[in-house]
Amino acid sequence: MTSTTLSHAHPVHFDAYGKKLGMWIFLFTEVLLFGGLFLVYATYRFLNHDAFHTGSAQLNVVMGAINTVVLLTSSLTVAMSITALQRGDSKRAINLIMWTLLLAGTFMFNKYYEWYTKWEHGLFPGMEHYKELSPGESQFFNLYYFMTGLHAIHIIVGSILLMVVAYYIKKGTINQKRYTYLENGGLYWHLVDVIWIYLFPLFYLII
Amino acid sequence: MTDTHDTHITGYRFSILIWVDLLILTLLTIEVAQFDFQALTVIVALLIATIKSFLVGKHFMHLKFENRFLKAVVIGVGALFLAVLIVLFSDYLFY
Repeated sequence: MTSTTLSHAHPVHFDAYGKKLGMWIFLFTEVLLFGGLFLVYATYRFLNHDAFHTGSAQLNVVMGAINTVVLLTSSLTVAMSITALQRGDSKRAINLIMWTLLLAGTFMFNKYYEWYTKWEHGLFPGMEHYKELSPGESQFFNLYYFMTGLHAIHIIVGSILLMVVAYYIKKGTINQKRYTYLENGGLYWHLVDVIWIYLFPLFYLII
Repeated sequence: MTDTHDTHITGYRFSILIWVDLLILTLLTIEVAQFDFQALTVIVALLIATIKSFLVGKHFMHLKFENRFLKAVVIGVGALFLAVLIVLFSDYLFY
């Protein structure tokens, strides 16, 4: 009763479609950002085929595969958290976001381990061994560090977004009736997953 | 536009099935990479990646529930990227 009176006094419009459309438009700019980098990758790979092969062989396929599974699973937990909130189970929604954050942490830890191993072998821009690489091979590693690094930044941003969303679910601002912010956080997370779906075969697998 | 959501709910079990599909495709892409199909290797890898992205987009990002306009724009952005890729490579291949 009270809430009806209030909403008549101060009509609050909640434009779920508009909010989601805005998120999608932002995602398109992200696609073009990474798309540009994929074009650079494609060009240099075409010009330095053998060097890219040598470079790719030095990456740890098992680590890349584990991280792929980790990210795919984190996408599942986000999708399930939306289902939970739509069904009014905000507690489960928050739990599933926590699982997502845990998986994001696992991904970042593996990434750290991978980069650290390369660092120990002197395979990092500016290090002695790195300078001795052939131009094509250093192109490969420059792109590897830049693209997986930019992707990792997106994981961090996505995690922060999901933390904020979890906080507002707990407060009740994001709820069964108004869950667009959770959906948008999820959209961002899934996009980051999709980018990794392309990064993994292009850097770790292709001979 | 609308003041409320048009609620479409994807069941947990269905999401888990999509996740299993994604894992199988990941395994497939790793297995397939052991063989050298020459130029086709990249195409096969990108094809599998695109199928995976399609599954994530359709089911996890709920594109199946979205209106035609949004679907058209998503396809448009993909087509734009593909067009740029083709133009770029037509330049390099015949250089």
